[in-house]
Parts: sequence; C-alpha cells; structure tokens
Amino acid sequence: MLYREAGDFKTSYEADNQTFPIAFDRYRYWVVLAVAFLVIPFMINDYWANAIFVPFLIYAIAAIGLNILTGYCGQVSLGTGGFMAVGAYACYKLMTAFPDTSIVIHIVLAGGITAAVGTAFGLPSLRIKGFYLAVATLAAQFFLVWLFNKVSWFYNYSASGQINAPERFVAGFAVTGPNTAPAAQYLICLVFLTLCALIARNLTRGTIGRSWMAIRDMDIAAEIIGVNPLKAKLTAFAVSSFFIGISGALFFAVYLGAVEVGEAFGIQKSFLVLFMIIIGGLGSIFGSLAGAAFLILFPVAWKVLAVDLLGWPTDLVVHQQFMLIGALIMFFLIKEPHGLAQLWRLAKEKLRLWPFPY
Amino acid sequence: MKMKTLAAMALAGAVASGPAVADLVIPDLSYRTGPYAAGGTPFSDGYQDYFNLLNARDGGIGGEPVRIVECETGYNTEKGVECYESTKGEGALIYQPLSTGITYQLIPKATADEIPIHTMGYGRTSAANGEVFNWVFNYPANYWDAASVAVNYLLDENGGDLNGKTIALVYHNSAYGKEPIRTLESLAEMHGFELSQLAVDHPGQEQKSQWLQIRRERPDYVLMWGWGVMNQVAVQEAANIGFPMENFIGNWWAGAEHDVTPAGDAANGYKSLNMNRVIDYPVLADIQSMVHDAGNAAGDGSHMGSVLYVRGMYAAMLAAEAIAKAQEIHGVADVTPAMVRDGMEALEITDARMGELGMEGIGPEFSVSCADHGGAGQGLVQQWNAADSTWVPLTDFISPDDAVIAPLVAEDSAAFAAESGITPGCL
Repeated sequence: MLYREAGDFKTSYEADNQTFPIAFDRYRYWVVLAVAFLVIPFMINDYWANAIFVPFLIYAIAAIGLNILTGYCGQVSLGTGGFMAVGAYACYKLMTAFPDTSIVIHIVLAGGITAAVGTAFGLPSLRIKGFYLAVATLAAQFFLVWLFNKVSWFYNYSASGQINAPERFVAGFAVTGPNTAPAAQYLICLVFLTLCALIARNLTRGTIGRSWMAIRDMDIAAEIIGVNPLKAKLTAFAVSSFFIGISGALFFAVYLGAVEVGEAFGIQKSFLVLFMIIIGGLGSIFGSLAGAAFLILFPVAWKVLAVDLLGWPTDLVVHQQFMLIGALIMFFLIKEPHGLAQLWRLAKEKLRLWPFPY
Repeated sequence: MKMKTLAAMALAGAVASGPAVADLVIPDLSYRTGPYAAGGTPFSDGYQDYFNLLNARDGGIGGEPVRIVECETGYNTEKGVECYESTKGEGALIYQPLSTGITYQLIPKATADEIPIHTMGYGRTSAANGEVFNWVFNYPANYWDAASVAVNYLLDENGGDLNGKTIALVYHNSAYGKEPIRTLESLAEMHGFELSQLAVDHPGQEQKSQWLQIRRERPDYVLMWGWGVMNQVAVQEAANIGFPMENFIGNWWAGAEHDVTPAGDAANGYKSLNMNRVIDYPVLADIQSMVHDAGNAAGDGSHMGSVLYVRGMYAAMLAAEAIAKAQEIHGVADVTPAMVRDGMEALEITDARMGELGMEGIGPEFSVSCADHGGAGQGLVQQWNAADSTWVPLTDFISPDDAVIAPLVAEDSAAFAAESGITPGCL
C-alpha cells in the first residue's frame, strides 16, 4: 500500500546497487533532504538550533565516525571524546593562527589532524583485539585530555584554560561566535553531516568498506583471502578519526563556542557516542543518525513533557532520564540487539508486503 | 517513526509552554543532581525562597510578581546552554548560572542577546571591568579578590612577612580552579613565598597522589579552590595525612557545612573564606513563616540557614535590589533585561539597606559603576568548629590588594576586548 513497487524495474547494474533501490525510499530521501535544507532553516530559532538540531547533527557525525571503526571494522574504541578534543583544539589553533583562512578549511584540516592522531593510536590494534584494544583506546582518551589540560600552548596560554571560538564567516554569514544566526549554525552542521554521510556510505560499500567488514567478521579468514589487515585497520582508524575530528571542531566552534577539555570531552562523551551507535545499530549509517537523534532528543523531550507541562521537580526529572535511558538501552539490547536500524529494516519489510503478507 | 513522535512531542511541549505572562521572570539554572549537587541544592533553595518571600510578603518587586523558572544543568555546559536557550524566550531578566564553565559559555551569548549575567564570586574575574563586559557583573567579589584576601590573611598571621614560606594550591582542574593561579603567582613574586600547584581532575574523588605530595613537600599552608565532592575528599585526605587543619584554607566555594561534616571531628579547625556572614538573620524567620510554613519551600526545606543557602538568598537579594533600582530609574514596574542591567550598574548596597531587609551585615557595603562591575571584593575568614557544628568567623571583612588585581583585570579584559573586537565603553 505504502510501497508501490510494481513497475520499478532495474535495467543496469548500477541501478540495482544504488543506496535506495526502492523508488519510494528514494523519494523520501529527497524529501527529507529538501525539508532539511529548504524548510527548516527558515523556521529555526535559537532554542531549536542550540538545544536540538545542532547537537543532533554534530553527534550524528561523531556516531558515523565511530560506526565506521566499531560497526564496520569491528575495532572497539573508547577514545571518541579524546579524538573530538583533538578536532576541537586543532580547529582552535588553526582559527587563531590563520584568522584569514576560511573556517571550513580549518574544520576539514582539524579532521585531517585528528585522522593522523587516530591512526597513531590505532597502531596497537594490529597486535591486540577486543577488550584489550578498548583499554588501549581508553588510554588515548585519558592521555589526550590530560595533554590539552597540561600544555598551555594548546589553549594559547589563557588564564582559565578555556578555548573560545572567535567570530568567523562563511559567505558573509557568521557561523561561529555569539552573533551567529541559528540558521547559519544549523546549515553549516547540516552540510558537513550530509557530506560525511555520503562519503561514509560510499566508502562502506566499496572495496575499502568490504575489507573493513571482512576484518570485522573474521580477521584470519580476511587475511587468507588477501585483505591486508594493516591497511584495513589503519584506514578505518584514519577515516573514523577524520569524521570524529570534524564533529569535535564543529562541537567547539559552532555549537558551544567555549570549551574546557575535561568537562566537554571527558570519558562520558566516549560512552555517549558508543551508546548512540549501539542503540542506533552497528554497521549502519542510518543507525548512527537514529541513535544520535534518540539520545539527544529523548532527554529534551522528557524534560519538556515532565518539567514544562507537568511541573515536576527538575532533579526528579533528571533522575528519571537516567533511569529511562538505562532501561531503554537494556530493552533494545534484549529485544533488538541490532538497534533502531534493524527495527526500521523489519518495519520496512513488513510495510512492503502490507496489507497482504504471505 | 520514533524520531518523529518524539519531535512531535517536543513541538507540542514548546507550543504549550506558551507566551510569557507579564511577570518578572527569574531563571534559576540550578543543579540538584550530579557530583556538585551538594553545593547547588542549598544555593538554589535560598535563591528561590527569597523570591517566594518577596511574592508572599510584598507581592513581588514593586508590585510585580516574580516567576521563577528552574532548569537543571547538572553543572554541565551543554545542559547549561540548553537551559539558557529554553528560558531566555520567557523574558528572563538576569542569569546566575553558579558555574564558571557555563558562565564562559553565556558571556558572549548573553551579551549578544542583551541579558545581564550576575556571577557572584565566580565566573570570569576580568568581567569586573564593566567597560568591556557591559552585560556581566561579578560583585561583590571575585576569585582574584579571594586569592588576595587569603594571602592578606596569611600575611596578618605571620606579622606581615611570608618570605620563604611555601603555599600549595589544590585546585579543581577546570576554568574555575585555574582562575586564581595568575594572581597567586604575582602575589608570590611580590611577597616572596613559593607557590606549588596541584591539580585535581573532575569530579575530584581521586586525590591520594596530590595529598601524598603535600605530605612529602610539607608546605606551610594549603589553599584550595574546590567545589562539590572534591571538598569533602580533600578535607578527609588532609586529615588522613595529619596536615594541620588550621593551615588549610578553602576559598568561599569550599567552606560549607556539607564539605566538613563527612570528616567528622578530624575536620575541626579547617578554615575557609566567606563572602557573606552567616548568622541568624531576621529575614530567615520571615522565610520560615511565610514560605516554608505555607508549604512553598524550594527543595525539601532542610538547608535553611546553611552557608550556601544564605549565599543563594544573598544573590537573590542583590538581584531583587537591582530590579527595584531599575524600576526606580525607568519608572515602570514591568522592567526589561536592559533596564535591569541599568539597575545593576547603579546598584548601591549600604549597611542601612541590608538592615532594612533583615540581613544586617550579610555582606560588605559596595556600589557598582560602569567602570567597576566588581564591587568591594572583600571576604572574611571562618573556621569550622566540629564540636558545635558551626562556622566561627575569625575576622571581619578583609580587603584585597587592589594594586595587584586592578592591573591584572585591565590586562585580561583588554585581551578579551581585542580577541572579540569590543571597543571598551559604557552603554
């Protein structure tokens, strides 16, 4: 009923292998993009930008990054917060050292620097696996936070150890600093997310993505069929850190504007992004978006409902958020270990047959 | 699907929270959860109870009722930003985030939105220069004042000479804890004492190695810039290594009842600064009878009269006085944030006025001007008496060394002005 697939023929190999093989999905994808680019920027205000959309878009980039490493290549990482910090501090140093260069270039370069750092911390993955690798990346997390706190060169010797984003412009519109219009803030994050998602999608269905998945599924078998584990693992670390670095740079420059490393990029951040991909679905781009949306929107929605509408005490509501999110994580792990992405996949399979399932 | 339902719910909520009524809206960015809740809860209770008292006793400020909008930040900057964005649309008049990290976030935002921020004894110290920070106020005192007051107290103890002494600074490894370092370094150079710095990472439960270092180095005095659970752990650790408590001085965020009670008798003699005197003010009896007995107490009502409760009440009093001043200047009862800023800049707190309000001597006398948003900068030293469970004031309000602080404020605010393209001047 919803999916009318009659007459939707594929005549070429490319058509058969496209991201959205079902015509209805394709139209919906274009509608979502059109709404995101053409409708929301005209309706957005400070609250929707700063409390909902901008954090969602930025965490979605981080989740895509971690999903490449953990979901596609099977390397567990607890260093996401530290790598986001690398992106943020790289962006800050570049912004203050080269004030005339475009912020877009700084953000991409920050991603590149994070990729180099991530690759260096990915080297142990060639020798150690699973939980042991998680511990090695945990060391990266603590080391990087300590480094940015200890070495005052990274925060330009400011008295407080805070880094502050100066005002920067893209095409004449401020995208960082206090006078940024919510639409500008939203659009720059949206453009980066769209590009990252496109790149990630196309990497993961190409040769390189297949070699990641081969390593994930069974590394010895992958080696036997000719996948080079060194190349596969290190590229996964590099690409993943590149995205995470971009999200860290946006998180600092566009979203918060002022950042303190221990508070903003602590171990909680690593766990938060990890929960996003677990709830959203490992090894799925849509899952990264769904997981980020869920963990960003749920606390805000619950707060709006319980505090603003029902007038419950604020501390009670925060405790409820902890309990509900914990309960929901357990619920998803038990009922659908493959996350929201799998729920969506199953729903789609059912809807394609509905109302005449066989 | 899930995403859409949640978004719809959020939308419904945002719509239903509705347009602002003609009230004086005071947001309370509180934190009653997380590792800093022990300090955040009494402050927020005192802050809200005082406004509730004004509503119950005087019908608000200048006849205009006060509406408090509480928002839980958990001392977390991301939630702080969300709280700021969600409350500012309701016509918020003045923000007091009670967090240095959130203050740093809000300074540029609130300046662009033209809403005043009052960071009493925390936040960015150089905001005392009102010509650069037009919308930020940190009267009656700031961190650099606190550092100077502590050193002045120690000078007094040592007959005016700290030459050759060592002072260790145990600090929360964040913007908050790092703030006094620059001042203490200048003071160390000036008075010839040696400063050693020991950072404690958030949230501050792990301090074994720092205190072992103190045991090894045996500094003459330990100063502490701590907050939340860090204070309790530090007092306990100091007791464990047998550090003489009377040589251990916390700043004014490390000197409340809940910081010392967990260590029991071992905490006896611990000293801290305070910017507000804590005695049994007549206004507390009013709050008891008109707010608590009427069932309107914020929180569970158990913090009445504690150090941070009184400080929250003091903060609320300063805000209410500024609003009253704004009403007087502009001749309207329903003031805007810009008018409140004018009121804050013209604020004058005298002993007579504090007496009228039933809180005689709660703080020093001070007046605010465009050039000086920092107030008197005075603080007193108090000592914990574990047997009676009371803080005993040892001194009257001590003045900081303005000759040291003023150039530092000028330097840091000039750097901020250059960085963010501000031309210093009055509004």
